[in-house]
Amino acid sequence: MNKGSEEVSPPADVTTIDQLIDWMASNDESFQLAFEDKEIIRASIDDELVEPDAFIKDAREIAFFPPMTGG
Amino acid sequence: MWVRIQEQLFDPGHETNNFLQKDGSAGAVVTFTGLVRSTPDDPIDALILEHHPTMAKKQIERFATEASEKFELVDIGVIHRFGRMNVGEVIVQVMAASPHRQAAFDGANYVMDWLKTDAPFWKQEVTAQGTTWVQHRSADDTAKDKWKTPPKS
Repeated sequence: MNKGSEEVSPPADVTTIDQLIDWMASNDESFQLAFEDKEIIRASIDDELVEPDAFIKDAREIAFFPPMTGG
Repeated sequence: MWVRIQEQLFDPGHETNNFLQKDGSAGAVVTFTGLVRSTPDDPIDALILEHHPTMAKKQIERFATEASEKFELVDIGVIHRFGRMNVGEVIVQVMAASPHRQAAFDGANYVMDWLKTDAPFWKQEVTAQGTTWVQHRSADDTAKDKWKTPPKS
């Protein structure tokens, strides 16, 4: 996406990673494109890999990743 | 339990021999070594692995700790490389020690299955046509999913 990081202020009803993805995609065309295949996106909260239903309330940093291909 | 993330090449045999030095409580050690592959159908010149340094170590430590507890391992060691590596070079090595063989097989397998899909590494293949990102394989998800139901003891 050529974006290192960005500050966002989601509304109060955006409480989970999954909702954050939807909210970001609906507000920004480049996110819409990046999140097109939502199922394969991985997310972390403060360097901890989390599931889409994780709550974002106390997060300082949220990161999104493409599918991982290590090993 | 230990995990090393490094760029430089390592000697898999040397690592195995070091790992085999136990206090006598391990009756079995299983070692898995992953290598850079190039086949006639899918020829590559090299692999480039990108990673997320802090998360990569943390995630693999998590899988290694889970494996230790689940399979009651005596010890487990993991080395994973990043950066550019040539065909035939080692990418990853997992070594699991346990009193009996099945737990050592399961421990090494568990760490590898989780590592493939849930450790932040991303592979690029360098070929004569250029450099392309390696696509995620759904077979890797299936392999990981088998550990979500408790293993039969």
